[in-house]
Amino acid sequence: MEVSSEYAVQMHGILKKFGVFTALDHVDLDVKKQTVHAILGENGAGKTTLMNILYGLYQADEGGIYLNGEEVKIATPTDAIKHGIGMVHQHFMLVENFTVTENIILGDEVCGAAGVLDMKKARQEVQALVEEYGFDVDPDAVIEDITVGMQQRVEILKALYRGAEILILDEPTAVLTPQEIEKLIEIMHDLIAKGKTIIIITHKLKEIMQSSDECSIIRRGVYMGTVNVKETNETDLASKMVGRNVNLTVEKTKAHPGEPVLSIQGLTVKDERGIDQVRDLNLEVRAGEIVGIAGIDGNGQQELVDAITNIVKAQAGTIKINGEEVQNTTPRNTYTHSVATIPSDRHRWGLVLPFAVSENTVLERHVDEEFGAGITLDYDKLKSYTTELIEKFDIRPSGCEDERMSGLSGGNQQKAIIARMVSAAPNLLIAFQPTRGLDVGAIEFVHKTLIAERDRGAAILLISFELDEVMDVSDTIAVIYHGQIVGTYEQGTVDENELGLLMAGGGAK
Amino acid sequence: MDSIILLIGITLMYSTPLIFGALGGVISERSGVTNIGIEGMMVIGAVAGASASYFTNNPWIAFLVAGICGGLVALLHAIASVSFAADQTVSGVAINLLAPGLALFLCRYFFDGAAMSPIVEKMPKVFGDSWMAGTVYSNLNVNVTTIIALLLTIATWFVLYRTKWGLRVRAVGEHPAAADTLGIDVYKVRYVCVILSGVFAGFGGASMTIGIISQFTQTAISGHGFIAMAAVIFGKWTPFGAYGACLLFGGTQALTVLLGGGSFPIPSQILAMLPYAMTIIVLVLFVGRSVAPKADGVPYIKGSR
Amino acid sequence: MKALIKFLRKPIASSIVAILLGFLVAAVVLAVAGYDPLGSFGALFSGALGRPKYIANVIIKATPILLTGVGVAFAFQTGLFNIGAEGQYILGTILTSIVGVMVDLPPVLEIPLLICCGIFGGALLGAFIGFLKAKFGIHEVITSIMTNWIMLYLCNFVVMSDTFHKENSTSALPINTSGYTTILYNWKKSDAGIEFLNGIPWLKEVLLKTDLNIGFIVGILVAIFAGWLLSRTKLGYELRAVGYNRDAARFSGINVDRSIILCMVISGAFCGLAGSLNITGISPHAITQLAAQEGYGFNGLSVAFIAGCSTVGCIPSSLLFAGLIYGGMSVQQVMGAPSDIINIMIGTIVFFIALPGITNALADWIERRHKEPDPNEVPVAKDGTPLPKREA
Repeated sequence: MEVSSEYAVQMHGILKKFGVFTALDHVDLDVKKQTVHAILGENGAGKTTLMNILYGLYQADEGGIYLNGEEVKIATPTDAIKHGIGMVHQHFMLVENFTVTENIILGDEVCGAAGVLDMKKARQEVQALVEEYGFDVDPDAVIEDITVGMQQRVEILKALYRGAEILILDEPTAVLTPQEIEKLIEIMHDLIAKGKTIIIITHKLKEIMQSSDECSIIRRGVYMGTVNVKETNETDLASKMVGRNVNLTVEKTKAHPGEPVLSIQGLTVKDERGIDQVRDLNLEVRAGEIVGIAGIDGNGQQELVDAITNIVKAQAGTIKINGEEVQNTTPRNTYTHSVATIPSDRHRWGLVLPFAVSENTVLERHVDEEFGAGITLDYDKLKSYTTELIEKFDIRPSGCEDERMSGLSGGNQQKAIIARMVSAAPNLLIAFQPTRGLDVGAIEFVHKTLIAERDRGAAILLISFELDEVMDVSDTIAVIYHGQIVGTYEQGTVDENELGLLMAGGGAK
Repeated sequence: MDSIILLIGITLMYSTPLIFGALGGVISERSGVTNIGIEGMMVIGAVAGASASYFTNNPWIAFLVAGICGGLVALLHAIASVSFAADQTVSGVAINLLAPGLALFLCRYFFDGAAMSPIVEKMPKVFGDSWMAGTVYSNLNVNVTTIIALLLTIATWFVLYRTKWGLRVRAVGEHPAAADTLGIDVYKVRYVCVILSGVFAGFGGASMTIGIISQFTQTAISGHGFIAMAAVIFGKWTPFGAYGACLLFGGTQALTVLLGGGSFPIPSQILAMLPYAMTIIVLVLFVGRSVAPKADGVPYIKGSR
Repeated sequence: MKALIKFLRKPIASSIVAILLGFLVAAVVLAVAGYDPLGSFGALFSGALGRPKYIANVIIKATPILLTGVGVAFAFQTGLFNIGAEGQYILGTILTSIVGVMVDLPPVLEIPLLICCGIFGGALLGAFIGFLKAKFGIHEVITSIMTNWIMLYLCNFVVMSDTFHKENSTSALPINTSGYTTILYNWKKSDAGIEFLNGIPWLKEVLLKTDLNIGFIVGILVAIFAGWLLSRTKLGYELRAVGYNRDAARFSGINVDRSIILCMVISGAFCGLAGSLNITGISPHAITQLAAQEGYGFNGLSVAFIAGCSTVGCIPSSLLFAGLIYGGMSVQQVMGAPSDIINIMIGTIVFFIALPGITNALADWIERRHKEPDPNEVPVAKDGTPLPKREA
C-alpha cells in the first residue's frame, strides 16, 4: 500500500520478536482518516502488541509508522501523545482513589507557579471537555465510585484532553452491557463526525459489524488482510480469524434437572469496606442443569462465589449443599461437600505458579492417603496421577509434570485447573469466568467440559461477564444486579436486550 | 504541671528522629517502594552527622552531610528495588546489615579505633542556650531539629497533595502502569522518592547524634527506623498521620525516662521495653484500618500490567 | 566462554558472584581507608584456618548461625521473613539458663530438658509473631524487630535479677554442669584424659583450648530434617503453597492462618535451639548482659540468603560466615583495620544476592560481546526479567 496522507495511520512491515518468539511477523495496517477501523484476532494473536507499538509502549524490531503520510518515530507514550495518539487500554489505566479530574490531568497538569496545582482551572477545563462531547461524567467523582461505563468515558476524555486525533480502544466492550455498548458506538460515531479516527481491537464479531468501516485481521502474528465490513459477514470473519470453519453455536441436548444441589436463601455479603455486595440473594441450582448468572462485573458475583467457597463470611442467609448448611465454615468444608470451583482469576486463586504442574494438580487432594501415607507426600504418585490428567485433558506440552506451572500457556493452565476440579467428580461445579483470556479452541473445550459434567449429573453454576457465553451455555439464565437476582429465565425465552436492561438495573424490583 | 512540661519537652525531643525517618518512609512508600532500610540509613546519617560536626565544627553543615550520606545509601536501595526489581524487603534488610558495619568502620577509622565518637558540636536550641536555664521551662526550648522536622512534615504534605509532583508520586504508588501510559517516568519518580527517603532518614540519624546526644555511639540508633516504619502504617501513609504517630512513640519513650528517673519500683530494663511493646500494641489496634498504597512493595516492570 | 555463560545461568552462580563482589567491595574500602587489602585477607584466612583450634572455633561459631540460618531459610521458603531470629535465640538462651540453674538432673535428663526449654522459648516467640501476622496482618518484620529489642531487655532483666545475677560480673549464674554439651567435658580435664591427649597435640589443642560441643552435629541433622519437612511432607507442601500464593492456598482449603503460625513456630524453634546449644555448649554457660544485638539472628539471615534459602545449603554457608567473622577478628589484631569490614562485606554479599538476575545480566552481557547465539535462550527483557510466554 502506498504511503499517503489519506490515511491517518499506516504501519508497514512491523516485526516484533520477544526473544525467539515472533509476536508480529511483518504486519501491515492502513487506517483511513475519519473511519472506525477494527483489528480482529484471537487472544494472543498480537493485536494488542501492534497497538502498543503504535502507542510507544514497545519498539518494533523492523518496519515503519506513518501518520498522515509522514514517517514518524514513536519511542515512548509521550511521543505518541505528542503525535495525537490516545489509547484506552482494556484494563483501565485509572488511579482508583483519584478524582476524574486528577486522572485526566495526570502527567499534563494545570499548574500555577512552581508546580503548584491549580485544581480550579483544571476542573473547568475538564468540565468544558465533558460538555463539548456530551459525556455524562462528574469531574469531581472518585473513580472507584463510578460505573465501568463512566470510567471508560474518563479514559476517552484523558485522550481527548491531550488533543488526540487518533483513538485506540482495546477491547472496549468487554465489560459493558448491551445498552452501554450501544452508547459507546454512538460516541464513536460522534467522534468520527468531529474529525477523529478510531482503531478498535476486538475479538467480538457482532460489534465489528455494528461499529466499524473496515476490519484488519491478524492470526498468530500474521496479517491476514483487510476487509470492508459492509461486504462481509460474521461467519466469514470468524473463519478468517481462526483459520478454519468455526461453529459459533454451542451444541447440547436438553437438560434433565434433578434435585437441588445448591440452594441459597437470603444471602447477604459485605465487602472489606463494609458495603453490602450481595443483598438478600436467593438462588437454586439443580443436579443436571447449568445455571448461568449474567451481570456486569462488580454486581456481587465475586462475593457470591467467595461466600459459597467460604473465602468470606456471609452476614445473613443460608447456603445449602445437598441440604446441609455450609455458610461461614471453611473453604475445606465447602470442598468436602463435593463442590469444585474454577476461579475467575486463575493466577490469583487457582494456581501456585512456582509449583510444578504435578504439585498443582493435587491442591485440595494432597491430604488424601492416596498421595502419601501419614505426613509424607509421595511425589512419584503425584507424578503418575498428573500424567493421567495430562493425557485425558490434553494439557500441553505433554510430559510437563515436573515443569513449573508458570511455564504453561494460559489455555493449558486453565485446562490444568479444570482437570483438577473435574477429576474430583463434584456434585456442584462453579465456573467463574472460565473462558477469560482463552482462544476459540480452548473456549470450545471449556464449554464442552461444562456440558459433559452436566450430563454426568453435576449441578453447574456458570458466572460470566460475557453475555453471549451465558446465553449459549446455560439451561437457566439468572441476572444479577446490585447483589440480587433480578430475573430468571429458561434458555431461549429471553433476548439479549431484555437481559441487558436488567443487567443495567432497568426494571429492577 | 512541671512533669507535664517535662513530658512535652522530652516527647518532642525523642520523637524528632522518628519523624524524619517516618517522613522518609511516607515518601518512599507513597511512590510504591517499601523501605525497610530506613534504619540503616538513619545509622549512616548518625555517624556522618557526628563525624562531620567533629571535623567542621559546624553542625549545620554536618546535618546536610548526614542527609547526603543517607541519600547515597538509599541510592543502593533504589538501584536494587527499582532497576533490578529486587525483593524490596531483602534489599532493605541488606542495607540494614551493611549500614551498621559501615558506620562502625567509619567511626573507628575517623576516631582511632574507638567505637564511639568524641563529644561534638550540637545543633542549636531554638531560643538560644540560656533561655529559662535552670527552670523546668527550659525543656520546652527544643533543639532546632525538632522545628525542622515540623517544617519538613508540612513541606512533604504540601508537595504530596498540592503540587503536580505529588500527584505523580501518588499515581505511581497506586497504579504505575497508568502513570507510565501518560508519559510519567515511573523509574525516575521512584528513584527520586527513595533517595529523598534516605536523605530524610539521614537527617533523622543526625538529629539523634547532633540533636539529642552529642556523639555517635553503637546504640544511638536502635530500632528507631523500624518504629518509624510502624508510625508510617499507623499514620496511614500521610505526613501528618506519621507525625502524630511519632509523637505518640516519642511520648512513650519520654514516659520511660520520667518513670525511670522517679521512685517507681519498675526495673529499668522493663521500662526500656515500653516503646517497642507500645509499637506492637498500636499496630495490633490500628493496622487493619489503614490501607497501603496499592502498588507498595511491587516492582514495576515495563510492559507488564 | 560458553562454559562461563552456562555457569552464570546456574542458581549457585549468584551466590558465588555475590561472595566475590563482597570481597571486592571490602578490598576497595580497605584500600581507600589506607589498609593493605591482600594482607588483610591473608590475616583473615590464617585467623580462620591457621591452627586446629581456630578451625574448631569456626565450627563453634558456625553452630548458632547455622540453626538461625535454617530457621530463616525455612520461614523464607514459606513466604515469611523471620528477622526475629535474634529475639527467638535470646529467649531460647534465657529459658535454658533459668531452668539450667534451677534444675539439676542427671545429664541424660538434664540435657534434653534444657534443649526442650530453648526450643520452647524460640517457638513461643515465633508463635507470637506468626499470630500477629495471621490474625492482624501485621508485617512480621516490624514485630520481629520489636520483639528482638524486648527480648534483649528481658535478658538484661533476668541477668540483673536477684535470683540469677552472679556477683561482681555482668552475667547470670552458669547452669549446672549436668547440662553441659561440651564434648568430653569431664574426661578431657581428668588426668587420664590429659595423659591421652598429650599424645595427640592437635586434638589436645582442640579439646582443651576450645568449647567444642555437639552443637554443629545437631545443626546438620536439623538442617537435613528441615529440608525433608519442606520437600517431602504434606505439611511442607502446604507451607510452601501458602508461601508462594496465599490466596490459591486458601482457595484450595489449606488453613492459611494455621500455616503461618506453624511455620513461625518451627522457624522459632530452630532459633531457640541455637540459643540453647550455645548456653549448654560454650562457656560461660550463662546469659550475659547485652549492650546491643549480638547478631546471631542477622547473621543467620545472611547465612540463609547465601544458601539460596536451602536449609541444607546453610551448612556450608554458616561455615563460611563463621570463618569470616572469626577470622575477621585477626584483621584488626594483625593489620589494625577495623574488623567491621567483615560486616560491610557480609552486607554487600546479601545486597548482591538480593539483586535477582545479576548473573543472568552478566551472562547476557558476555554473550552479546561474544555473539554466540544460543537457540535455547529464554526471552529476557532489558532489566533481566524473563518475559511471559505467549498465550497459546
